[in-house]
Amino acid sequence: MDSTVTSATEENVWGGGNRPLGASYGKLMMWFFLVSDALTFSGFLAAYGFSRFKFIETWPIADQVFTHVPFFHGNYPMYYVAFMTFILIMSSVTMVLAVDAGHNNKKNAVIWYMFLTIIGGAIFVGSQAWEWATFIRGDYGAVETKGGRILQFVKADTGERAALADFAKTIPDSRTGHERKNGVWFFDEGYRPSYDLNEVVEGLKANPNIVVRTETINEEGEKTVLSRQASLEKIKDGTLVVEGANLVHNEYGSRLFADFFFFITGFHGFHVFSGVMINLIIFFNVILGTYERRGHYEMVEKVGLYWHFVDLVWVFVFTFFYLV
Amino acid sequence: MAHEHKLEIFRGLLKFKSNTQKIWGVLIFLTIVTAVEVALGIVKPAILIQLTFLGMKLLNWIFITLTLVKAYYIAWDFMHLRDEKTALRRAIVWTPIFLVAYLVFILLFEADYVYNVYKDGFVMWDF
Repeated sequence: MDSTVTSATEENVWGGGNRPLGASYGKLMMWFFLVSDALTFSGFLAAYGFSRFKFIETWPIADQVFTHVPFFHGNYPMYYVAFMTFILIMSSVTMVLAVDAGHNNKKNAVIWYMFLTIIGGAIFVGSQAWEWATFIRGDYGAVETKGGRILQFVKADTGERAALADFAKTIPDSRTGHERKNGVWFFDEGYRPSYDLNEVVEGLKANPNIVVRTETINEEGEKTVLSRQASLEKIKDGTLVVEGANLVHNEYGSRLFADFFFFITGFHGFHVFSGVMINLIIFFNVILGTYERRGHYEMVEKVGLYWHFVDLVWVFVFTFFYLV
Repeated sequence: MAHEHKLEIFRGLLKFKSNTQKIWGVLIFLTIVTAVEVALGIVKPAILIQLTFLGMKLLNWIFITLTLVKAYYIAWDFMHLRDEKTALRRAIVWTPIFLVAYLVFILLFEADYVYNVYKDGFVMWDF
């Protein structure tokens, strides 16, 4: 040690109150949390990448899964997610404007910008709920094979997707529902598909314009469409009619796709939801003048960091789930 | 504390007069990048799908690059890492980058191996 160091500077180094990183305790802890949370999300996305590379030839094509926009009929891939992304980036901007207004101690501007941020977050969470509902409901229906693969149906002449209702035969009495009078231990039957397997198979046989599309991606990056002959052969593997998606069955293709979709967008949506809640608390604190009395708006900055982080994660989820 | 803001982006190419202006500037830039991504995703130019680099389509490389560009501007300007001390910025940025790159490398290699095992017919799965 240098013996010429005076006790005054020594006190300055060891006496506490130093900020070698130029950031307060609270802000550093927020960054600690964000880095660890980033690693959690990366773990999920890397696991998604693992499953996808494992089934690289049969993975669902996102453009064909997310094709709906609220209040509009037809095929609009990507537009709605792009809108959601824009909403989230926009709410990030109002958040950073709130932080900026906080630095200048403009209470009313902070209130106004925090309010807009909360609205943006609420729109995003609502959109995600709608996206989930649409995904769970499904649109065309498919048949699952013994090996858990999915067979979808297309019209041979146009190449458009065919819904089960377009061609499935209605065969009366092919299935009897379980009723209360037939059993002591009666359980409600719950959901079952609109058509049973036999009706779909018979419909396929009777309708020469319908062919099977398998999960396999061909060299042009499209799903393979079988010939009429091969379709009739392939449908023999079918065991189950699937409509929509859940954790066990998925009409869009690999069930892992649905699992990861629910898990990762769900975890992200939960982050957005808690972000909105935390923003609300801070919003009311700003209105009550808590930070005005405290003399600084660092709390707004800290929740701002969290909010931007949620936006940052969405940028990655958007790329890996919808674009790539 | 981040009271003084650095008001340049694109390595000084674009200089803003105030922090608020910079925020709107970054928003415009992020919006343009997102619009380009969505347009590419809808059009899917044939040439970008046919060409591959390191076993992945060129289009996917473009998407990933643009994502990292967006992530950079969100972290640097919205989370104002640009105004933080270098030591803090590096601790925050390089820790996850290193760990994630390592994890992704391992998992994707392993997944490709599993894919080949399935493909070469040791496991019956498409029936």
